[in-house]
Amino acid sequence: MAEPIITIENVTRRFGTLAAVDNVSLTVEEGEFFALLGPSGCGKTTLLRMLAGFDNPTEGRILIDGQDVNRIPPNKRPVNMVFQSYAVFPHMTVADNVRYGLNIAGVPRKEQDARVEEALSLVQLDGLGPRKPDQLSGGQRQRVALARALIMRPRVLLLDEPLSALDAKLRDQMRTELSTLQEKVGITFIMVTHDQDEALALATRCAVMNRGLLQQVATPNDLYEFPNSRFVADFIGTVNLFEGQLIVDEPDHAVIRSPELGAGIYFDHGVTGAKGATVWAAIRPEKIELKKRTEGDTAPKMDDTPEGNNVVPGIIRQEVYLGSESTYEVEIESGRRVKVTRSNLTRWDQEDFAIGEAVWLAWHACSPAMLQS
Amino acid sequence: MEQSWTRAKGAFLAVFSPTVLWLFAFFLLPMGIIWAYSFGQNEGLVDIAVTGTLANYARVLQPLYLLIFLKSLWFAFLTTALCLVIGFPVAMAITFASEKTKAWLLVLIMLPFWTNLLIRTYALMAVLRTEGYVNWAYHWLWDETSGLLQMIGQAPLGAFTPLDLLHKNFAVVFGLVYVNLPFMVLPLYAALDRLDRSYLEASLDLGAGHLTTLFRIIVPLALPGIASGVLITFIPALGSYLTPDLLGGPDSQMIASVIERQFKRANDWPFGAALSFMLMYMTFAAVALQAILARRRAEARQ
Ligand SMILES: Nc1ncnc2c1ncn2[C@@H]1O[C@H](COP(=O)(O)OP(=O)(O)O)[C@@H](O)[C@H]1O
Ligand SMILES: [Mg+2]
Repeated sequence: MAEPIITIENVTRRFGTLAAVDNVSLTVEEGEFFALLGPSGCGKTTLLRMLAGFDNPTEGRILIDGQDVNRIPPNKRPVNMVFQSYAVFPHMTVADNVRYGLNIAGVPRKEQDARVEEALSLVQLDGLGPRKPDQLSGGQRQRVALARALIMRPRVLLLDEPLSALDAKLRDQMRTELSTLQEKVGITFIMVTHDQDEALALATRCAVMNRGLLQQVATPNDLYEFPNSRFVADFIGTVNLFEGQLIVDEPDHAVIRSPELGAGIYFDHGVTGAKGATVWAAIRPEKIELKKRTEGDTAPKMDDTPEGNNVVPGIIRQEVYLGSESTYEVEIESGRRVKVTRSNLTRWDQEDFAIGEAVWLAWHACSPAMLQS
Repeated sequence: MEQSWTRAKGAFLAVFSPTVLWLFAFFLLPMGIIWAYSFGQNEGLVDIAVTGTLANYARVLQPLYLLIFLKSLWFAFLTTALCLVIGFPVAMAITFASEKTKAWLLVLIMLPFWTNLLIRTYALMAVLRTEGYVNWAYHWLWDETSGLLQMIGQAPLGAFTPLDLLHKNFAVVFGLVYVNLPFMVLPLYAALDRLDRSYLEASLDLGAGHLTTLFRIIVPLALPGIASGVLITFIPALGSYLTPDLLGGPDSQMIASVIERQFKRANDWPFGAALSFMLMYMTFAAVALQAILARRRAEARQ
């Protein structure tokens, strides 16, 4: 495999006693669309600013293209940034904003003009070169910021919350455009966002951070299906978490006993954990099936699961109809509410389960994820 | 609240009429009287007849007074330029200092405002006079250098002659810069502090050095602050009285001293009034110029 374009090695950044970024190590490969994802204040921007050179690690080092950049100032780094506030210079026209970097680099005027035109057309701002920034909409200003950074042909483009300042409709549009743009220019993108939908939709890989600590680095699919902690499982999408003890741990299956659930949770894979240890099972709402239940029924049995596991009785307490799907809150015997979503595949489907109705909740052995922390 | 305050007539009148009356009775009216005097002439010892004569203005335009006006303009210009050159880095330093240092630096800048101008000016005299401590330090350096030269077998520097700093144009400009510097620093600081740091970072990010960023991003964006700093320094400097009077020599008279002499010793109020209003017209011209430039800038943005 080729050398990673960015290597972050044990990087810590302290502000006083607060470790805004705490011993983070990760690599980004050439051509990736990489997302730094986490709740507000988790240190994403600080990490991004250290890549750009506006901040320096207290400990650890950062390599860009294999070169240690800790002593290299921002104006000498082969990366460019799109700021959260866009930072489009208000006293210059759009074209002068976009040519700023080329001008500094001493690129001949003729080449500047050609490249400015090309960059503006790349972000679909053809012909807006003579405008002043205060004559542009927020979305257009962002495109100027993008063009201004991309015209430098950086090795890596850094984007700080690129979509957060846009209104919902524009956000969807820009999301698609960003992804197309990245494919077109082939530059490595590193994006900071607190919005998991945005990260899952855009990124080839995501790093999830929490309180300065790196929680997990994985593809969006792996983050969703195989979270490595309760934090990640909960942060990415919706999840039902059950605490329990590991009572069976064989090479090809494992069982958790969860008093909260009132049943066993059967996994079709082994785990590396001590028997009796406290673990958590994460089950996504769409992976739970609803089945009708009448008093005195025997529990249905899932075909890949021994009896007494992965099935619990409950009563539907709430239903939210969302058109393509419905979400239900089902109260189980312990009083806990479990979230279940169900695709509305047939018409009038939503009438199938009504509030107050008795149901069975059931899931396959491959559905839950076991979390050790 | 939707309702406009100017529509609540009663409240509006109650709040603003005392102020307006005050302004009229103690500012506009007296100014008007002085303005009328500038078109009058002395009759006897105390009476002034407003005859509509332009003789006073004709006198103002005599080379003797014009030269003093020009000199005042030159001093004010020099003071403003020096204040800008010195004040900009100071304002930058305050802007980029840590929160705690920033507060202290601002207090230091404002400290002179809490001291009487007269005291500050006399203190400055104590610094600059021949026995002042600038000369004292210079003397010490002189003696030390002399001793050192002797030690390495060279001829000593000779007898010490103190620097003659006081009572000349240098002292006046020095004093004016010293007195007016805070007026320059504060608006500059206000403008720089408002500046979004990400503009500076974006400039660095795009490959610019600090100096390029200063001249291509910071200065243009701080222009409104620079303009108000220049104006707020230039106007008081132009009308300075105490500083040139105390620190200056016979050839460093500024126009305010001449005006003072007309009202007091010469007892020629009409001429004093004409001189005063000449100064005022110049101030208005400076303000108008700034307003026009600001308008231009705003239009250029469109
Ligand atoms: N310059 C700074 N000085 C002190 N604390 C800072 C500074 N920058 C960031 N922090 C703190 O570091 C933490 C992480 O901030 P940041 O990286 O901006 O978070 P995010 O971008 O993930 O919302 C926050 O608690 C923030 O208050
Ligand atoms: Mg942030």
